[in-house]
Amino acid sequence: MNAPKEAWITGIGIVSSLGEGLDAHWDALNARRVNVDEKRFAPYIVHPLAPVSFDAQIPKKGDQRQMEAWQRIGTYAAGLALDSAGVKGNQEILGRMDMIVAAGGGERDIAVDMAILNADAKGNSAPNFLNERLLNDLRPTLFLAQLSNLLAGNIAIVHGVSGTSRTFMGEEAASIDAARIALGRIESGQSDIALVGAAHNGERTDLLILYEFGDFNLKDKFDPVWARETHSGFALGSAGVFLVIESREHAEARGAKPYAKLTKVVTDLAQRKQPGAVTKSLETLWSKLGVPGDNGALITGATGVGPVTSEEKTFLRGHPGTAVRATGTSFGHTLETQFPLGLALAALSLSRGTLFPPNDPTGLEVEMSKPPTQIVVMGAGHWQGEGMALVEAIK
Amino acid sequence: MTAPRDKFGRPIVVVTGMGVVTSLGAGKTDNWKRLTAGESGIRTVTRFPIDGLKSTMAGTVDFVTVEPSSSTALTERLADIATEEALGQSGIGSKGDFPGPLFLAVAPVEVEWPQRLEVGRAVGKTDFGVNEILAISGGGKFAPYHHRFMFGSVAGYLAEKFGTKGSPISLSTACASGATAIQLGVEAIRRGETDAALCVATDGSVNPEALIRFSLLSALSTQNDPPQAASKPFSKNRDGFVMAEGAGALVLESYEAAVARGATILGVVAGCGELTDSFHRTRSSPDGKPIIGCVHKTLADAGMTPEQVDHINAHGTATPENDKMEFLGISAVFGERAKQIPVSSNKSMIGHTISAAGAVEAIISLLTLEHQRIPPTINYDIPDPAIPFDVVPNVARDARVTAVMSNSFGFGGQNASLILTREPI
Repeated sequence: MNAPKEAWITGIGIVSSLGEGLDAHWDALNARRVNVDEKRFAPYIVHPLAPVSFDAQIPKKGDQRQMEAWQRIGTYAAGLALDSAGVKGNQEILGRMDMIVAAGGGERDIAVDMAILNADAKGNSAPNFLNERLLNDLRPTLFLAQLSNLLAGNIAIVHGVSGTSRTFMGEEAASIDAARIALGRIESGQSDIALVGAAHNGERTDLLILYEFGDFNLKDKFDPVWARETHSGFALGSAGVFLVIESREHAEARGAKPYAKLTKVVTDLAQRKQPGAVTKSLETLWSKLGVPGDNGALITGATGVGPVTSEEKTFLRGHPGTAVRATGTSFGHTLETQFPLGLALAALSLSRGTLFPPNDPTGLEVEMSKPPTQIVVMGAGHWQGEGMALVEAIK
Repeated sequence: MTAPRDKFGRPIVVVTGMGVVTSLGAGKTDNWKRLTAGESGIRTVTRFPIDGLKSTMAGTVDFVTVEPSSSTALTERLADIATEEALGQSGIGSKGDFPGPLFLAVAPVEVEWPQRLEVGRAVGKTDFGVNEILAISGGGKFAPYHHRFMFGSVAGYLAEKFGTKGSPISLSTACASGATAIQLGVEAIRRGETDAALCVATDGSVNPEALIRFSLLSALSTQNDPPQAASKPFSKNRDGFVMAEGAGALVLESYEAAVARGATILGVVAGCGELTDSFHRTRSSPDGKPIIGCVHKTLADAGMTPEQVDHINAHGTATPENDKMEFLGISAVFGERAKQIPVSSNKSMIGHTISAAGAVEAIISLLTLEHQRIPPTINYDIPDPAIPFDVVPNVARDARVTAVMSNSFGFGGQNASLILTREPI
């Protein structure tokens, strides 16, 4: 094999509860702003999407109507990333661009579901009842708005990204693997440029129900992620994050300005039935990254749910000089989107020469006065999947 | 045999184990016997009430049952059966210790109706809203449903049981998913990241809502009687696909590693390619360019010319649109040979196994190479004059086959193709 090619992050698109675009996010993080809605789904807390004019990236209303919220959020963020990389509308590049999307599924039609459940509770359980209601009440286009691979499909239709298209699923780990595979393809020369990211709509009762099955939802009172020891849970967040990653030579040839270098992505599937498995996995991943010393920076997608967040804390206590930032406090938990969000904020911090300030009353997050040169991005899924990436400043 | 690298200097990727489950049966032996006998696995659905449905047949795998029943649990079980068979044949690693990563093609997951109804009934009232559902969802009573209906649950189970290495990747590229799983495995071996990969594709999702969703898109055949005759790829009177279940598992290895451990080589994944269609969510670009580009990319990846392909295992869903576009694409690349080369659709017999199709059909392609016999396209009584393929009508055919192209074209513009050969080229 030839020496691996260097991969640069040359485009970042973010839309979240804190706004849209890099400057808005940078300002919000520096102001330690948090946007939570404690009323709409009370007692559950969510980080709602900031007002966004979707027309700016999805000009056709017909396209917007074909999408569920999560697809609109993602297609919008993908457009921001392509703009940021300076490749929007460049058919020559878009036609050979890799796309790896990490996706869950779309929202159900809650009104239809509740009508069926209520009728069932009233004893209407004739054999044809479910069929009849679904046939009459489901909108034909809803299926396409729910299908996992149709976020990628919509990005292809709206923005013309059409080299390859792969949708990875599997909650938090899906996007860590998306970044890993994109990097592997670029390093090995299988691809020159990739669009990688995810989108999540956290304002969904069907998701609240699903996570409530496992008692994962944060209830009643918002606390920063590290301050949920006795009050564990995640607050679902809405966000879309996409990155353009390309080989250094491809970026230089077209005069693209990089935000940072994506040096390494490593992943694992710890067998969590054993206590301590996540801490051990994170230690192994850390050593695979080859980070020198413990005085760097780390952005984690820590969820705030037990026991995984406690195991993350144990790992972090073993690296006491590291300046830690948990995105869950500011953005909520955005599942597949959390890792690309971490990569985006790492690249942004490196390009601005400073790490954004801590937002943590427990003291686990500390100030970092010197400019970061390396930032580790960490993810440990709420129920499975672990991974880390090393993002470095370009000298 | 040739050097362990292909003409581009990449490790050659071979198949050393295969497992398959379809509505025709479990295992390669049964499936091959029935496929070459032209048997259909399509039947009237008995798993749930079909009252009011426009399409009442499917290629369900009824001989496998799971408790508690759910499409995701069946999907997992089908993958499990196929993987056991593939690993048994390959002899790689040891029990519970597969020396490489898992790439799993799997349908998107969500809470299903039996479970949703169970939760609704637990509210204990007759007029309730979402808040009442939420109020009784926690506390551990339904905790297993969280794990069951996570997208990563099937891959997590398989990774633990078979001891695959690293983070398993679950993927969906709609009807191309099975081909994508193989492609990811090929790419990982070519990058030198691993000597072996387990590529599994599985779909057990024939349930009322899934059937109704496809029905509402007018994608399914409504020729319910007799069910065996519903799937009519390339026929003039075709009217849609038939939903089906199944799983395929392949052990991929670098040629070098396979030879070093003395494994039997079942075939070679010579090339893979994909190209996205950005025209429409469910329809192909009318000029066929993305399909043509996909086929060209696959040939280029294999370093082969169209003349070297002597059989096409078609996507052949039997929707009016797909079959027409597949002919357009193939004839643009293969020219006059498009009318001579045997083009068979397994979906005429096993239906459309959706997420599993790409892998199931790759396995059937490899069995075609092994047996030098091409399974037929059944239910071919009224040829479509607009599609002058040699579809291997109704009866299997002995033929010299050295390279098979297997096509998968799906919703969301997902096009992927594979070229499989008996020997390294």
